[in-house]
Amino acid sequence: MTSSHLPPNGSPLLDTPLHLAVALDGAGWHPAAWRESRARPDELTGARYWADLVRTAESGLLDLVTIEDALALQPTVPDGPDDRLDRVRGRLDAVLIASRVAPLTRHIGLIPTATTTHTEPFHVSKAIATLDHVSLGRAGLRAQVSRPVENAHFGRRELGEVSLADPGTPAARAFVAEHFGEAEDFLEVVRRLWDSWEDDAEIRDAATGRFIDRDKLHTVDFQGRWFSVRGPSIVPRPPQGQPPVAVLAHESLPYRLGARQADVVFVTPRDVEQARAIVAEIRAEQSAAGRERDTVHVFADLVVLLADTAEAAQERLARLDERAGAPIASDALVFAGTAAELADTLLAWQRAGLTGYRLRPAVLPDDLDAVVGRLVPELQRRGAFRTAYGEETLRSRLGLPHPANRYATPAG
Amino acid sequence: MTQPSRQPRKRIILGAYLGGVNHHTVWSAPEADSQIAFSSFRHLAQTVERGKFDFFFLAEGLAIRERLGRFFDQDVVGRPDTLPVLAALAGVTEHLGLIGTINATFNEPYELARQLSSLDHLSDGRAGWNVVTSFDAFTGQNFRRGGFLHRDDRYVRADEFLTVARQLWDSWPEDAIEADKESGRFLRPEHADAGRFAFSGKQFEIAGRFTTPRSPQGRPVVLQAGVSPHGRDFAVARADAIFSPFHRLDEAQEFYRDIQRRAARAGRPPGAVKVLPSASFVLGDTEAEAAERQREIARQQVSGRTAQILLEAVWNRDLSGYDPDGPLPDVEPDVEGPRIIQGRAVIHQDARQTAAEWRELAEAKGFSLRELAIHLFSRTEFVGTPEQVADRLDSFVQNEGSDGFILGSHLTPTGLDEFVDRVIPLLQERGAVRTEYTGTTLREHLGLPST
Ligand SMILES: Cc1cc2nc3c(=O)[nH]c(=O)nc-3n(C[C@H](O)[C@H](O)[C@H](O)COP(=O)(O)O)c2cc1C
Repeated sequence: MTSSHLPPNGSPLLDTPLHLAVALDGAGWHPAAWRESRARPDELTGARYWADLVRTAESGLLDLVTIEDALALQPTVPDGPDDRLDRVRGRLDAVLIASRVAPLTRHIGLIPTATTTHTEPFHVSKAIATLDHVSLGRAGLRAQVSRPVENAHFGRRELGEVSLADPGTPAARAFVAEHFGEAEDFLEVVRRLWDSWEDDAEIRDAATGRFIDRDKLHTVDFQGRWFSVRGPSIVPRPPQGQPPVAVLAHESLPYRLGARQADVVFVTPRDVEQARAIVAEIRAEQSAAGRERDTVHVFADLVVLLADTAEAAQERLARLDERAGAPIASDALVFAGTAAELADTLLAWQRAGLTGYRLRPAVLPDDLDAVVGRLVPELQRRGAFRTAYGEETLRSRLGLPHPANRYATPAG
Repeated sequence: MTQPSRQPRKRIILGAYLGGVNHHTVWSAPEADSQIAFSSFRHLAQTVERGKFDFFFLAEGLAIRERLGRFFDQDVVGRPDTLPVLAALAGVTEHLGLIGTINATFNEPYELARQLSSLDHLSDGRAGWNVVTSFDAFTGQNFRRGGFLHRDDRYVRADEFLTVARQLWDSWPEDAIEADKESGRFLRPEHADAGRFAFSGKQFEIAGRFTTPRSPQGRPVVLQAGVSPHGRDFAVARADAIFSPFHRLDEAQEFYRDIQRRAARAGRPPGAVKVLPSASFVLGDTEAEAAERQREIARQQVSGRTAQILLEAVWNRDLSGYDPDGPLPDVEPDVEGPRIIQGRAVIHQDARQTAAEWRELAEAKGFSLRELAIHLFSRTEFVGTPEQVADRLDSFVQNEGSDGFILGSHLTPTGLDEFVDRVIPLLQERGAVRTEYTGTTLREHLGLPST
């Protein structure tokens, strides 16, 4: 049984371990997910719900969870929101959800989403640094540019009105270019602030009466087109030094942002060929940015809907689609099948150069339970996934070295 | 006129803070531990929850202080971000209110209102916000919009900020979510536009849909810190409580009466605006032992160097050449020059007058520079045996000095352990503090009306 799933080259253990993340959002990624029998649609803003989900993911030894967020209600249309009554509406701040569950978990990485367009990089930097302190080195940041609908919530009129209904229009393209440029500066500032305290800046030297060695604190003095920030941070350097940064990318400009500033790029290929092309593009951008020596993970996103047989999975999907009134529309491939089939796909696509996956459960908790209870054991049987947590921090689990501090002066 | 002793006993409201960035904590003590590590926050929060405190409290500073253009290195430097710490504490406590100090100047209402509402959801109704307005161009340099707000406009913005925040918090009706799996209605039809808002003012012109359903408290509890007439009016108009710096009973009573008067004028019912000064304590088995401990702690808090720096905040001159054990500086404060200390709230508006008052005080009491600084800044208001401290805290409140205290200690994070073990039982015995939580939300703890 197991042997039939071995990769063609016969090696049961791939050289590089597979990384597995789960993306948590509301009741799951299918719009009708909240109507499933085990769904908890009236608890989506409750701490217990989120603690249960993240603990489940941790019981499956997953690398990390991401938590979706935006500074607007969930959209059904590109320029949403709308007045639909049959969709989940309302959500909490993802950084605070991650912080709330941090002390209740011990191993799993916690990557909340934060918006780069309207927020202050100083605030986001110190929030993620604090999440890293609170979780003892398990924090990350998924940076996301905002949609035009969010502008009115902040009244920044200079951003103007743009429709993303047709992403091909010059206005939409300009919007993307502007916002991703700003996001790049934003992440640069966030990273500089994480470095603005050297690791050992706090000395508590009673003999000289000095609490810190002030030569190990640094202004970041960023001057850019969109903003300037002086620094240093008010939060001492986080345990990981630089918590991993992730971005979701669908096209060239975002790939470039990921290659320049991220540690993990989430991408949405439809097949292995597309995956190969995307990985190549990101690697090329990475070299162009002089980061060829850095580890930049490329994780494929898949919406997953699992069942014991392929037919049962298709039936589930059909039932959900019917309830939603339309087939699920997704940027990522929707995978409906068995855990073994999903394992086949993950291992086959991995050869395109992907280093991991971010699975988006179609229904919570059902598909998260299936990932943990079916997929993970299947991958373990094939020697493709860890059987225990080893590394202490998220960075080390992702194989990222403890980062050098750009401001550090050699001791002497 | 008032006859406090005849009035029914008031329950003492108690909050606790973890000594952040200042000279109050004795970081060099062997028992002193990290002001950053979550274990410190958990220890303090769980300890005071055991003591049935009302809430845990965090102050805020948004820039690393500087002196003569160099970072401070004498006192505790570095603090965590407020809201993530409070959210994490919500996971390891059950009843304790969680109040964060957050600036209204360097935040946007949409973002901050949803964060506070999120904290209220994630803590099942225990969130509070201490609104501060402090800003200077120095702090502003850390933010994308810079030091954009004129000093006079800060309460205008804070006022509008609160108006908008309330509108956002109220934008989801309590029963907007139906979540009926059978009918497929997530939102009730009459609330299809839950979260819709529009606000147009001098500071904000915003509209749209708020993301966060109504939280357990509806509106998180609001505190205000700032004691100018403007700040007082803002507090009585907008806040559930005011955080004050007055610990001397006569000063405190005067402030308390003033707040009650202003609140009444603003149409708030009696008791609607709580007054909560910060306070600290030192205990001993005997009165003499407590006094001796206090002297020792004060000397650790205010070293000669720290004393010079504390006075520099008023003199605005480098005082490192003045002997801490000698007299006060023989020069007048420099009121023209650029601030030599950046990032610390300027408490003293009129430096020359303050310097004159301090000189007079030092002369009258025979204080050296350092002794004056200790007298002014060492901040241990309640010193004595557990019985004495319990008695003084209680009579301070019964005599209308305040409605309670926000307590801190010189020792992070274990400094409140002995208060909870030795003073709380005495206060409980006399019915001055609760013995069990009776409500679940912070509003209920504080006896505030629901929203
Ligand atoms: C007891 C008290 C505590 C305060 N705590 C803070 C704080 O933690 N962070 C901050 O930025 N400002 C703090 N402030 C400053 C106030 O927000 C305000 O800016 C300052 O008191 C000046 O305003 P005012 O003129 O109305 O008093 C505090 C003020 C008081 C009185």
